[in-house]
Amino acid sequence: MNTPIRRISVVIAALFTALLVASTVVQFVQVKSLGAMAANKRTLLDNYSRERGSIIVGGQAIAKSVPVEDQYRFLRTYPQGDLYSQVTGFYSYQVGAPYGLEHASDDLLSGDSDSLFVRRITDLLTGRRTAGATLELTINAKAQKAADDALGASKGAVVALDPKTGAILAMVSHPQYDPNPISSHDLNKAANAWEKLSNDPTKPYLNRTINQLYPPGSTFKVVTAAAALETGLLSDENSEVPGPAVLDLPLTTATLPNENGRACGPNNKTTLIHALEISCNTAFGSLGLELGGEKIRAQAAKFGFGDSLTIPMRVSTSTVPPDLNAPQAAQSAIGQYEVKTTPLQMAMVAAGIANQGKVMTPYLIDSVRSANLDVIESTPDPVELSQATSPETASTLTKMMVSVVDNGSGVRAAIPGVKVAGKTGTAQHDPGKPPHAWFISFAPANDPQVAVAVVVEDGGVTGSEIGGGRVAAPIAKAVMEAVLK
Amino acid sequence: MTTTVEQLTPRTRRNSELGLLVLAIGIVLLAWVTTDLNRNGTVPANIIPIAGGFTVLVLSVHVVLRWKAAYADPVLLPIATVLNGLGLVMIHRLDLARGKLGTDGDAYRQIIWTTLGVALAIAVIIALRDHRLLRRYTYVSMAVGFVLLLLPLVPGLGQTINGSQIWISLGPLNFQPGEFAKIALAIFFAGYLVQTRDVLSLAGKRVLGFTFPRGRDLGPILVAWLLAVLILVFQKDLGTALLFFGLFVAMLYVATERVSWIAIGLLLFGVAVFFALSAFTHFQKRVDLWLDPFSPQNLERSNQLANGLWGMASGGLTGTGLGAGRPWLTSFAESDFIFSSLGEELGLFGSVAILVLYLIFCERGVRTALGVRDGFGKLLAIGLTFSVAFQLFIVIGGVTRVIPLTGLTTPFMSLGGSSLLANWVIVALLLRISDQARRPMPEIPVGVASDDPSPAEVTQVVRMS
Repeated sequence: MNTPIRRISVVIAALFTALLVASTVVQFVQVKSLGAMAANKRTLLDNYSRERGSIIVGGQAIAKSVPVEDQYRFLRTYPQGDLYSQVTGFYSYQVGAPYGLEHASDDLLSGDSDSLFVRRITDLLTGRRTAGATLELTINAKAQKAADDALGASKGAVVALDPKTGAILAMVSHPQYDPNPISSHDLNKAANAWEKLSNDPTKPYLNRTINQLYPPGSTFKVVTAAAALETGLLSDENSEVPGPAVLDLPLTTATLPNENGRACGPNNKTTLIHALEISCNTAFGSLGLELGGEKIRAQAAKFGFGDSLTIPMRVSTSTVPPDLNAPQAAQSAIGQYEVKTTPLQMAMVAAGIANQGKVMTPYLIDSVRSANLDVIESTPDPVELSQATSPETASTLTKMMVSVVDNGSGVRAAIPGVKVAGKTGTAQHDPGKPPHAWFISFAPANDPQVAVAVVVEDGGVTGSEIGGGRVAAPIAKAVMEAVLK
Repeated sequence: MTTTVEQLTPRTRRNSELGLLVLAIGIVLLAWVTTDLNRNGTVPANIIPIAGGFTVLVLSVHVVLRWKAAYADPVLLPIATVLNGLGLVMIHRLDLARGKLGTDGDAYRQIIWTTLGVALAIAVIIALRDHRLLRRYTYVSMAVGFVLLLLPLVPGLGQTINGSQIWISLGPLNFQPGEFAKIALAIFFAGYLVQTRDVLSLAGKRVLGFTFPRGRDLGPILVAWLLAVLILVFQKDLGTALLFFGLFVAMLYVATERVSWIAIGLLLFGVAVFFALSAFTHFQKRVDLWLDPFSPQNLERSNQLANGLWGMASGGLTGTGLGAGRPWLTSFAESDFIFSSLGEELGLFGSVAILVLYLIFCERGVRTALGVRDGFGKLLAIGLTFSVAFQLFIVIGGVTRVIPLTGLTTPFMSLGGSSLLANWVIVALLLRISDQARRPMPEIPVGVASDDPSPAEVTQVVRMS
């Protein structure tokens, strides 16, 4: 019987070989793919039980992980509650981290980033648990608070930039939400909070400064003016432009009227600077007709329209549509038709003009530190996104925008003792609703420290240009003051 | 078996066994202490009684072997010790995670079962002076085996756990009688086949190079097949059915040396499985889960296979360390999935080490079957060995996705008394047979001392044949 016993032993060896191979496949070959599966609770818990890095604004943590006595080991808390909700996002056991820096900088915060590789190796050797990196933000806490207070109960967005570097100084989007309950380890509480947030029709989780596209309305006239000056169509702010009460549009029976129904100057003519002061639709509409869609689009692109930016959150792409016919070009020139922009993009327009025509790439993370406060990535050198206009054009535009605040629709943004440049906007978006109120500005005009874009949803008054000046300009003023003081 | 080899006066190897046992106990205690250090940061307060008890328990088997079976294989006991111990460590570790401490813990019960298992093994070694005595109980074993197998079907006694009716409940105890049926049937098959092997292996027609048995000789395999089908249909337990039928076919093949029996067996079982698959959604679901354990619908239905695989993957090569992983996330982490649990915390290195320990255990079993001189002993040894190997393949193959998952216990490691007791009996039987296999042949089988049973049994074998 020994021969069949030997053969059976070969069968036994084959069975074991199968088990050894299968174990190797599971524990070596497929480790990454199995670990990456969304439903894998172990991966989730691994991430949660690691000390996630803090997010710091002005020396104060706006998101930090606090040790707790449960299986998740660390609770993510947001000491400032609502104020930074769209900046940080939340970190939930069930939902994950779909928004804000918690999402966009997850690899740094969790400690998985390649830039933390060396640290991970030393941690492995010393047996220390790898902790995530701490992010210090460019946000100015005072400006953030001022923007939040000034926006008040209104829906809308405020974003402020340092024109010289592109650093984001304030980023407020209303409505807000409290990220704490969703990040709770009380899973019922967290589920309820998420249910409430995700079903809220006003979308508080949406960062309106970078992920909501609005028609820019009259604030876009600055871009049109830049195109006219850059292409040589007009020489300076005193160049004469048409300014009838109503502009006839070719190819269509439609017309483009001024909001107040009056001409912008005697003999249906005016100057460029006056046209901007009073936000003359017919003047910029006729500039649009003369320039044509492509030139407006090209100028907008130089300010950043059409770019995909990450700050590190992904910024929605602002657009001026291609292949515009004449009436569409006229509409686009005053920021209507299909022109769509994020508040950040309009802040970049203001900042570009402030910075002698040079648009800087916006960024939110000032420095990245490891858990023991070694700097991993220091303050980035400012990166130029593009030269949107010549310094001369920029200075002409600045002069015009200062005049808007000093003599025109933007008077409520004026700060005593500081030269402020700005432009109001009132953007139609839905015939049944009041228009959005806009304001873009920068200050001080001679040495710009801050550029702001404000949009207040449904904050304007139909048929009037005063919405932007009355509702949005004071908010911009508050933010600029907070930065300058 | 040449006499020249026998004259080399084989050594008992008891001292090697003692050395290996010390190593085994050391590994288990180190694992136990590591678990507590990783979980609580302290050495467990009761380490002294646990270490002492475990050592005394295992060494007592060693002492009994020195006394009653001096030539027994020196590797079987240390391997059983380390496997049983690692199972205990994992069960204790899961207790800690679930806050089940002291006498509430599963580990407490498992320690009691281990003690009983070892005691039973000692009793078998002492009481059974020669494995050939078991031949007398061939048909008693058959009756016992069949009854045990079908016991879970008795109304009021059987318990359906996890979709399979393989448990019986006696008061507070849940029992898997199949574990003991395995031993009883191995004894029965060995006794029966050693009697009938000549008929089953010689008579028959040659077709296509294979010698096929006569129709009337198909009786036994058909009975075994029918039994497997009964288990499949009424207990819905593919694992147990596969194990018994596989055991029978393997032993039939060893007894008759005819490959045609394997072909017939595979064919019959294939038919049964095909029938079961088309008739019962229970099996279809298992196959479906096996093919795609990660699809959302299947995760909704049962995530234990996926969880076990994720657990093993999270351990990677080196494992999370004992007490530092999350094996409790997998359901049945302490029984069907104990291999995954250990794999998670000990890594691929640990999984391979455990599999290699089982492999060496089986290799020693095969060596015993090769070495023992009587046909009954050969059949019983290879049968018991094959049952351990095949059971391991069915359960670990299930959790590592080699085959569809069917509920069987992992020998020596799973939480559960019936399985532990049965496996310690298997160890005792293999130790007893290996003692016979390695013991030097008596010089002259005439006029031997009355306490040597071998010649008497040899006579008996002749009488029964």
